[in-house]
Amino acid sequence: MIDSASVVAADEVPVARRKKGRRKLTFDRVSFFVVFLGLPLAVFLVFVVWPFVQAFWYSMTDWSGFTPDMNFVGLQNYRTLLNDDTFVTAFWNNILLAIVVPFVTIVLSFVLATMVTVGGTTHGAARGIRNSDFYRVVSFFPYAIPAIIIGLLWASMFDPSSGLLNGILTALGFDQFDSYPWLGDTRTAMPASMFVIIWGFVGFYMVLFVAAIKGIPSDYYDAIRLDGAGRIRTAVSITIPLIRDNIQTAYIYLGILALDAFVYMHALNPGGGPDNSTLVMPQRLLNTAFSKGQFGLASAMGVVLALATLGFAATVFAVNWLTGGRAQKVPR
Amino acid sequence: MTTTTQPTSGTAGQKTVTTVSHLVLSLWTIVIIVPLLWTLLSSFKTSKEIFASPFTLPANWNFDNYVSAWTTAGIGRYFVNTVIVVGCALVIVMVLGAMCAYVLARFSFFGSKAIYYLMLAGLTFPVFLAVVPLFFVLKNVGLLNTLPGLIITYVAFALPFTVFFLVPFFRALPDEIAEAAEIDGAGEWRTFFQVMLPMAKPGMASVAIFNFLGLWNQFLLPVAINTNRENYVLSQGMASFASQAGYNVDFGRLFAAVVITVVPVLIVYGIFQRQLQGSVTAGTMK
Repeated sequence: MIDSASVVAADEVPVARRKKGRRKLTFDRVSFFVVFLGLPLAVFLVFVVWPFVQAFWYSMTDWSGFTPDMNFVGLQNYRTLLNDDTFVTAFWNNILLAIVVPFVTIVLSFVLATMVTVGGTTHGAARGIRNSDFYRVVSFFPYAIPAIIIGLLWASMFDPSSGLLNGILTALGFDQFDSYPWLGDTRTAMPASMFVIIWGFVGFYMVLFVAAIKGIPSDYYDAIRLDGAGRIRTAVSITIPLIRDNIQTAYIYLGILALDAFVYMHALNPGGGPDNSTLVMPQRLLNTAFSKGQFGLASAMGVVLALATLGFAATVFAVNWLTGGRAQKVPR
Repeated sequence: MTTTTQPTSGTAGQKTVTTVSHLVLSLWTIVIIVPLLWTLLSSFKTSKEIFASPFTLPANWNFDNYVSAWTTAGIGRYFVNTVIVVGCALVIVMVLGAMCAYVLARFSFFGSKAIYYLMLAGLTFPVFLAVVPLFFVLKNVGLLNTLPGLIITYVAFALPFTVFFLVPFFRALPDEIAEAAEIDGAGEWRTFFQVMLPMAKPGMASVAIFNFLGLWNQFLLPVAINTNRENYVLSQGMASFASQAGYNVDFGRLFAAVVITVVPVLIVYGIFQRQLQGSVTAGTMK
């Protein structure tokens, strides 16, 4: 739910701290466990886990939500989805987003992070460029802005007649952009929408990469410079391998985000854009559930979305592993 | 995190790289700042002025758009709703999350790992999968379309993140202090609230900021389970405000509403900027 989930060190596992054997079951201890563990867990189970479990069951029924009849239909809903052209379009739009958005965001934020940290000088440690704090603070800015606002803000930037983008382009002499509908043309609707998402996240990942790069001991940089490596060599053979875990984390979170992308797409083109070119699965899901009342079918869409997410995460792990992510890990 | 001035003895090639770096970074800064400034500027213009030209300054600098957004468009009401929902949810999730994280971090018992991994699963599954059943769960307990219903849902979905982030903090606290408290006769409750919780303050602060931003910006959950216009939160009110009128929308008022929504988060961002970026850093350096 929260984008900032990437700050979590996901491989932490609780370790036993108190290994003192059984103690007396006083009222203090019993009430402590009941409240401290029971209460949060109850909320979590009822409002998070239980709905997730139910969704799988609903996806195999023809339930319309407001009537008690619910028939088990097996995989019928999934077959319906396969033949639903609109849903298939939405599915591929999400896949396209999941391929392009993480890649561009990560490349851009990596380049900016490199410039901020090692752009200054090739002598000595990874040193910052002048005003690096200013660049970082400003780039991080959009992360704090609500996604729906980012969408609405750019929708008005892209506005054919009153938007700033066309205003600037025509002022610069590109008259063909006078009232060009960026979000209303099938050629530009998707790229423009992707740009908006990327705009919102580059700063966050730039800060993440800056932190990671600063954690690399300067000896590595000194050594490769003695070998006469240039900046690009340095970035490719030192920086990227040493921060590849951060890149992997960034890829997974951005991928999950892109497989959703609902807020942005809803703000930019509520109806799915020209020829459904920016329609995403969640838009179709909400519409199917709450406008058409086909809750079984909508749950099946949710399951497809969840499977796509898991598949994406598995792919990222596999690619990282196959390209030598394990072997090159340098102990710090 | 300090800005260092580089030695001036750079070669020509090095200067080029530095210049290019500055150019690219400045360009990106402009791409970030210009839309924001333009929004701020437009929020003072009338719709007529906005349609006339995207560049002109407003003829009259006044807060008419803000007043009209706050009252006529109902942004004021949505603002109050958002403050109530986010405020309550934030307090509850921090308390519950800290309690749960504390138990998971400092006690080992049958199933503690299972609970931890269940939370991890809750963090990775798309919220969309849960939306339809959640609608009916809330309906059955009579909390659908109510603010308490929204609060409890926010709490539930922010809980896994909160617990994850806090577990390492509680685990890092020294055992000796908990033992000393015990020897002094403090029970588990007192040990937590008077000894352990105050020591985890830095962690609590970081996660509270992230939760604040996440909950303030939440959009999907209210859209699905809070459809009563009276109870709209800001994000949802903004979306409907922007779409309901189509081309007849009063753009000046819309921009004013955008500014009203963004200002609280920018204030929080401004105050806690260092802490936020510091937490991102802490997350990366294990």
